[in-house]
Amino acid sequence: MIGQGSQTLAGPARRNRAQGFRSISFLGLLAVLALLVALSVTVGTRDVSWADIVAGVRGQTDNIGQAAVNVRIPRTFLALLAGAALALAGAVMQGVTRNPLSDPGILGVNAGAALAVVIGVAWFDMSSSEGFLWSAIFGAGCATLFVYKVGSLGPGGATPLKLTLAGAATSVACASLIIAVVLPRNDIAGGIQLWTVGGVGGATFDRIVPVLPFLAAGFAISLLSARKLNSLALGDDLAAGLGENVAMARIVASVGGVLLCGATTAMCGPIGFVGLVVPHLCRLLIGLDYRWLLPFSVLAGSCLVLTGDIVGRIVARPAEIQVSIIMALLGSPIFIWIVRRQRIREL
Amino acid sequence: MTTVTLPLNALATGRRVRTHRQRVMVAILIALVLFLFVLTLTVGQTVTPVADVIRVLLGESVEGASFLVGTLRLPRALLSLLAGFSFGLGGVVFQIMLRNPLASPDIIGITFGASAAAVFAIVVLAISGPMVSVMAVVGGLSVALIVYGLAARNGVAGTRLILVGIGVAAMLHSVIAYVLSTAPAWSLQEAMRWMTGSVNGAQLSDTAPLVLVLIVFGGLLFSQHRDLDALRLGDDTAAALGVKIAKTRIVVVFAAVGMIASVTAIAGPIAFVSFLSGPIAARLVGNSGSLLIPSALVGAVLTLGGDYIGQFLLPSRFPVGVVTGALGAPYLLYLIVRVNRSGRSL
Repeated sequence: MIGQGSQTLAGPARRNRAQGFRSISFLGLLAVLALLVALSVTVGTRDVSWADIVAGVRGQTDNIGQAAVNVRIPRTFLALLAGAALALAGAVMQGVTRNPLSDPGILGVNAGAALAVVIGVAWFDMSSSEGFLWSAIFGAGCATLFVYKVGSLGPGGATPLKLTLAGAATSVACASLIIAVVLPRNDIAGGIQLWTVGGVGGATFDRIVPVLPFLAAGFAISLLSARKLNSLALGDDLAAGLGENVAMARIVASVGGVLLCGATTAMCGPIGFVGLVVPHLCRLLIGLDYRWLLPFSVLAGSCLVLTGDIVGRIVARPAEIQVSIIMALLGSPIFIWIVRRQRIREL
Repeated sequence: MTTVTLPLNALATGRRVRTHRQRVMVAILIALVLFLFVLTLTVGQTVTPVADVIRVLLGESVEGASFLVGTLRLPRALLSLLAGFSFGLGGVVFQIMLRNPLASPDIIGITFGASAAAVFAIVVLAISGPMVSVMAVVGGLSVALIVYGLAARNGVAGTRLILVGIGVAAMLHSVIAYVLSTAPAWSLQEAMRWMTGSVNGAQLSDTAPLVLVLIVFGGLLFSQHRDLDALRLGDDTAAALGVKIAKTRIVVVFAAVGMIASVTAIAGPIAFVSFLSGPIAARLVGNSGSLLIPSALVGAVLTLGGDYIGQFLLPSRFPVGVVTGALGAPYLLYLIVRVNRSGRSL
């Protein structure tokens, strides 16, 4: 499904038109994103007057309305980053595994990162954001390696079914181990329990800034591997024939994806389905070329998580629904839709 | 003629050996279940003599032992036993039917469906007692129906069913997490119970109806065991052997889900028991003969043993689901590796 190269059949004129359409869509997405950012700052569980919003954005915290707006700014920024990173990571993973069902949540990568963070907090008294970051990236890396290794054993290689089952099973195992680690520690249990339901609430710039270099590296590596992913999409043999070092391409792209997932999970806890849904929707819009797909996924991912966060703030007033829950409710029907659309071999 | 009878003799001998092995293993498992059951009743923080335990079970009132054994340990042991039977049996029939050891009800979302319905009933609708169990059964069955319906497209492919189930499970998991996070009296213990399963605070009045559930649904499953054995050969072969596949599937799903959901309503989704029992039983008794009874027994060993380990053998007290989850994780890895490498099913 990823590997169909019907685009190349188009003549130059048609290609130009496609380029035009993509550019316009890209600008359109940018506009939507700007609108959502504005909405995210202005809309919340508390109604705030326009004057206070303007004052709050300028940094004043004289009354509670302005303070609320002030808190929404880092939150919006975090949602923006998380959405972009997770969607890009999902697109990269789908390319690397050539598996339409790949997603950091479904493949257990987020769960692995969460387990590593929880162990760090419970056993090594970790509290700095650097500690969170390194352990999350370590956990994400281990989980990725493990799930991919386990899922690709045996005849047929890494089929969607085997990878997904390995990921789901790993997620369940990690969730169980997280509880086993947390339960004897009443002092940290409450905080961890909240963190394992991923969300962007309570974000501060102090916690976001240390993560930025890692995210930047992840973005750079992932976006630069677009050409490699295009080769991989042709199949390993053809890609090797075209002069691509297949194993190297996989490793480099995966490192980018792992950095993005790990860093995001360290900041907001595990959020699933963004990486699954966004690349698929983008493919419907602009086709299979990863050089376009990756930047589009970045923008669309930001839009999706921002929307999810705004919806979560509005629907359950005065309470909030964490963005990971909105994403799961929204994402699993799309997951099922993808599963149904595919022709699947009987077991 | 002799050339024909010789292999037949060999076949018959082989079959006798395998049947014998299965009987021995089942006997060992029964002994193990009994041992763990008695252990749970007699040895805790203090040791109660077996004679006292028997007197309490016979209804006599014994100083000190009556409360300890009758009120604390007996319901707990009974719930562990019944939960183990139900999860083991319900799990293995799914695995046989879908011919994949990973396709157990706790991985394809059915246990989570029951759990989500129970949590919703308790936290949002503020009801308790038998109605919670009814809600859980309805929830589990609706999820099974939804998964089955969504997977149906030119017939139900097992692969698609599993993948759809994983999607539904992810959704339900987040629903449970959300409902628990809005619960007014936020208690970690209670949350654990609904996320991984626990037999803490079991009561005889909750547990007794489970016996009936187990007899009805378990009987229904055993009535299908010949068809299930045929299904292990593949849908086409089974159909050729005269199995009405659609009917068998419906009966099996209904009975297994009803059983699992009733237990889940009381003990929570005890992690990995329904997933582990079948493959462990298959390893123990070999692939001949029915796996239903061995698997139910293995399930009981897992829950009784897991609960005992969680209560007394670890530095702090863990609910049974955490122990079975942690024990299950490494076995799971081994299992996936083995199954994927050989390309075999259960």
